[in-house]
Amino acid sequence: MTERNAGAEPKTVTEPAGATGPPEVLGSGTRRRRPGTPRLRAGGTPRLRAGVPLPLLLPALAGLVFLVLPLVALLVRAPWRSLPDQLTSVAVWQALRLSLITATAATAVALVLGVPLAWLLARAHFPGRRLLRALVTLPLVLPPVVGGVALLLALGRNGIVGRWLDSAFGVTLPFTTAGVVVAEAFVAMPFLVISVEGTLRAADPRYEEAATTLGASRFTAFRRVTLPMVAPGVAAGAVLAWARALGEFGATITFAGNFPGRTQTMPLSVYLALQSDPAAAIALSLVLLAVSIAVLAGLRDRWMAAS
Amino acid sequence: MTNTDTSRTEEAALRTDGLDARLVVDRGGFRLDLRLTAAPGEVVALLGPNGAGKTTALRALAGLTPLTEGALRLDGRTLEEPSHRLRTPPEHRPVGVVFQDYLLFPHLTALDNVAFGPRCQGVPKAEARAQAAEWLDRMGLADRAGAKPRALSGGQAQRVALARALATRPRLLLLDEPLAALDARTRLDVRAGLRRHLADFEAVAVLVTHDPLDAMVLADRLVVVEDGRIVQEGASADISRRPRTDYIASLVGLNLYQGRADGHTVTLDGGTTITTTEDLTGPAFVVFPPAAVTLHRDRPDSSARNLWRLEVTGLESHGDQIRVDLTGELPLLADLTTAAVAELSLHPGRTVWATLKATQTHAYPA
Repeated sequence: MTERNAGAEPKTVTEPAGATGPPEVLGSGTRRRRPGTPRLRAGGTPRLRAGVPLPLLLPALAGLVFLVLPLVALLVRAPWRSLPDQLTSVAVWQALRLSLITATAATAVALVLGVPLAWLLARAHFPGRRLLRALVTLPLVLPPVVGGVALLLALGRNGIVGRWLDSAFGVTLPFTTAGVVVAEAFVAMPFLVISVEGTLRAADPRYEEAATTLGASRFTAFRRVTLPMVAPGVAAGAVLAWARALGEFGATITFAGNFPGRTQTMPLSVYLALQSDPAAAIALSLVLLAVSIAVLAGLRDRWMAAS
Repeated sequence: MTNTDTSRTEEAALRTDGLDARLVVDRGGFRLDLRLTAAPGEVVALLGPNGAGKTTALRALAGLTPLTEGALRLDGRTLEEPSHRLRTPPEHRPVGVVFQDYLLFPHLTALDNVAFGPRCQGVPKAEARAQAAEWLDRMGLADRAGAKPRALSGGQAQRVALARALATRPRLLLLDEPLAALDARTRLDVRAGLRRHLADFEAVAVLVTHDPLDAMVLADRLVVVEDGRIVQEGASADISRRPRTDYIASLVGLNLYQGRADGHTVTLDGGTTITTTEDLTGPAFVVFPPAAVTLHRDRPDSSARNLWRLEVTGLESHGDQIRVDLTGELPLLADLTTAAVAELSLHPGRTVWATLKATQTHAYPA
């Protein structure tokens, strides 16, 4: 083995990453077969790194650093020693609890309203469908603060619907926990709708037809055939929406304000803490980072499968 | 006005039992127009080339594609009649469909797939599953009840799909290319099994296929569709003996010509004559099998009345024979043994003489 390795070394040494784990395993396999089929192995090597042009490689590496560096900084500067105290403080728990409850409620709202909306966009044929899809996607690109202002004008105490809600039912949404849910759902639902609609489009509509020939109404066909078949897409959409709701800042602070225990969610309290107690802000940020990583891990199978 | 008139005449022709339909579907340049009737217990095959409109007809019968005109009646009940704005949605039609790729619900077991129909009809869960188990047992699939569709073989999936369609006790069973998704060996078994189940089925069955063998084995009656219209219908024996279009002739492997008969001679458009044994007058078809043709290197001194000078345009193996494509006075296909092809040293471009005995031909009025 070693003798052969020595002989083959000059050919593989050009690859700098040969020092890391997997390439070495691959390299040794290559060497073992080399005496028999040298050309074929050299040409069919799956290692493309040497062929990446510099004008692409440098910006790519810079981009990578740009994305990863802040997260590294967060970890490096984290007040690890005082972290347990920070995380067990009442204020942190209050914000975390509120965030989890409102994000989950917003996801529930998004599921109940968003899945049927996605079905409508994917399966129903009616004039103006493209316009409708554009409207649904608008909150995706709309600055969340603008969304908050718009929500105030619609559902605020003097809003076009809010005034009626107030006078008829005595319901006021702004600056309440329910208002947080509304703001988060407004921002997060488009993620769910787009994700579910994509899955529905990919699903074969003929299964629904098969169900109707067996006596199922269109709703039964949707509930018992389509929905179970697109369940992974719905789950992924729900996770995305939940993560988006958890991080929601702009619309929430505009529409629901910033009252500890009632409308002050994690992102709001991070921002506030940063001005008075940076260590607490970092601790809160770490919690949100952990949640994000958990979400990514949950979606990993689905998204990695695409590559 | 005309609409009500036609529907009245259609009503006059109403049969109380079985299927009675005139299916008209207009779809951007393509028009399907079929008159389809069938008695209970009858198996009808819609046979035709791809794009002939067979699947559209099936979808129209199932209610998945709306009719533009015409009417659809089943056991005396009108399911659809556009001129009366009458349309029963698919879920309320007593129709079962076996789709070409089966469309078994992937998230349900074989048993739950079969129980799906009865469940939708309001049968309690336990009873629906018991019925489904019975159907699977009848299909010889009792031991696969718990399997998900992806774990089933092609033949098993086909039988589950059939059981699922039959479990709703349809009065009209539709099968779209029921054997197309199977490999050759499975096909043989499944075809035999399907034939048995269709024979047991007491209501109307309509199957769509482009395979003449499937159609002839499975169906009592063939309806040949080309370009959205019926070009010929009847018993399979009759259709294979007396094809009326080139498509059918090529399906059943016959040379087909159309011309005018006068006694024992049929004169084709180009002036070529074919001598036949039948005595006919007027427009007529003549057919003969490719194997009946004899080829000669030189003009033979035979008594054959049918003698043509032809040119070889192609050769291809056809079973254990060689099929020779010839053009000239009478373009035809001839089946020869490999030995005969070698002896005649046939190759494209070669001129040969073809003879055909009158007794090998069959002529019938067009």
